[in-house]
Amino acid sequence: MCLAIPGKITVISGEDPLERVGKIDFGGIIKEASLAFVPEARAGDYVIVHAGFALSRLDEDEAHKVFDYLKRMGELSELKEDGP
Amino acid sequence: MKYLDEYRDGELAQRLAREIHRLTTRPWNIMEVCGGQTHAIVKFGIDELLPKQISLIHGPGCPVCVTSLEIIDQALDIAARRDVIFTSFGDMLRVPGSTTDLLSVKAKGGDVRMVYSPLDAVKIAEQNPAKEVVFFGVGFETTAPATAMAIYQAARKKLPNFSLLVAHVLVPQAMEALLSSPKCRVQGFLAAGHVCAVMGFDEYLPIASKYHVPIVVTGFEPLDILQGVLMTVQQLESGRAEVENQYRRAVRREGNPSAQELIHKIFRVIPRKWRGVGEIPESGLGLREPYTAFDAGIRFGVSSHCVEESPLCQSGLVLQGQIKPHECPAFGAGCTPEHPLGATMVSSEGACAAYFRYRRQPEPVAA
Repeated sequence: MCLAIPGKITVISGEDPLERVGKIDFGGIIKEASLAFVPEARAGDYVIVHAGFALSRLDEDEAHKVFDYLKRMGELSELKEDGP
Repeated sequence: MKYLDEYRDGELAQRLAREIHRLTTRPWNIMEVCGGQTHAIVKFGIDELLPKQISLIHGPGCPVCVTSLEIIDQALDIAARRDVIFTSFGDMLRVPGSTTDLLSVKAKGGDVRMVYSPLDAVKIAEQNPAKEVVFFGVGFETTAPATAMAIYQAARKKLPNFSLLVAHVLVPQAMEALLSSPKCRVQGFLAAGHVCAVMGFDEYLPIASKYHVPIVVTGFEPLDILQGVLMTVQQLESGRAEVENQYRRAVRREGNPSAQELIHKIFRVIPRKWRGVGEIPESGLGLREPYTAFDAGIRFGVSSHCVEESPLCQSGLVLQGQIKPHECPAFGAGCTPEHPLGATMVSSEGACAAYFRYRRQPEPVAA
């Protein structure tokens, strides 16, 4: 039930902050979602959407960190395997 | 899809699993709180990548599963009335009440409609002024902002024919109720990422320190869950009990302040009965004045009455992590997704349904 899916905001409409609505692209499927809870979100941002509402703007820098970590982990284990 | 596919990379998953194997020296019981995480764990076989010493215990984090039989019976009572359009998320429709379910009410002529968002129910109310439109407000903190906004908009539009049957529940209080049970085997938690996207994670700090359990806010994709397990094992193996955030791309420490503000404006914290678990203090949301005017329970005069669960269903023990689904004698025999005895066999996030769908046999012994 707490499933929330990441999608990219393509267009924003509505002036009133509580009525702001975005067209969200979920891998080619476009759906509308309320942007009332993500006043900072702009077109081009990725948000996670649940029950018709964007709940959080995804942080691209943070998203990369897990892969940097895994990459370092991989290099370390290669070092261990290749080491004397 | 960006932010999904890259978190399902098999090679990277193996790399995380190897690191968990390397670090694990003892048996540990880790509970994933959220039913969405349970579904992913069983679907992708994440538990089978882990060392034998690590047992993942499936938590109570399926709102459909924990909505009390009494509230479901109230929903069925309201939905059967001729002047009512009853709206609900799809996964509530097949949940058994004490005698029937919402789909059967619909089959007998009740106007029961599935909606994607609570705002859809508000629209239906605007379009049908001669009908009473009721939304079944089920969910955790993740869903509460959407329900709160529906009430806020209905109040702003002065919609006289919209109301809410509210069954909202809160996660940290349930974790604390589990931890305070003498039967509790949980030594660490993967906290529900999307609940924390709304609420932040400060409210878990006192729980981690009081019960000395690591709590790692975790996402829903295989790499998220494996990294969450790794961070929990790192804490367990080094004797730490802290709140950490694996799901940093979506969760800030303070959560979503505008969503929290609206939740607090519309709702107040109340005691709530959890199906299979019992009443937990301060674990539910009820409407706050003046929004009680939108309370469907009051509007339709449906009162709580005590009803008994099927004696064959052990979903309470499953929800508290005391047994695995396939250890229930009714699993797959008298209880299947087509003919469920309990809600954990209905919702796709219920542990019983996940095991039935992906793992009809007992867990294989890891090589």
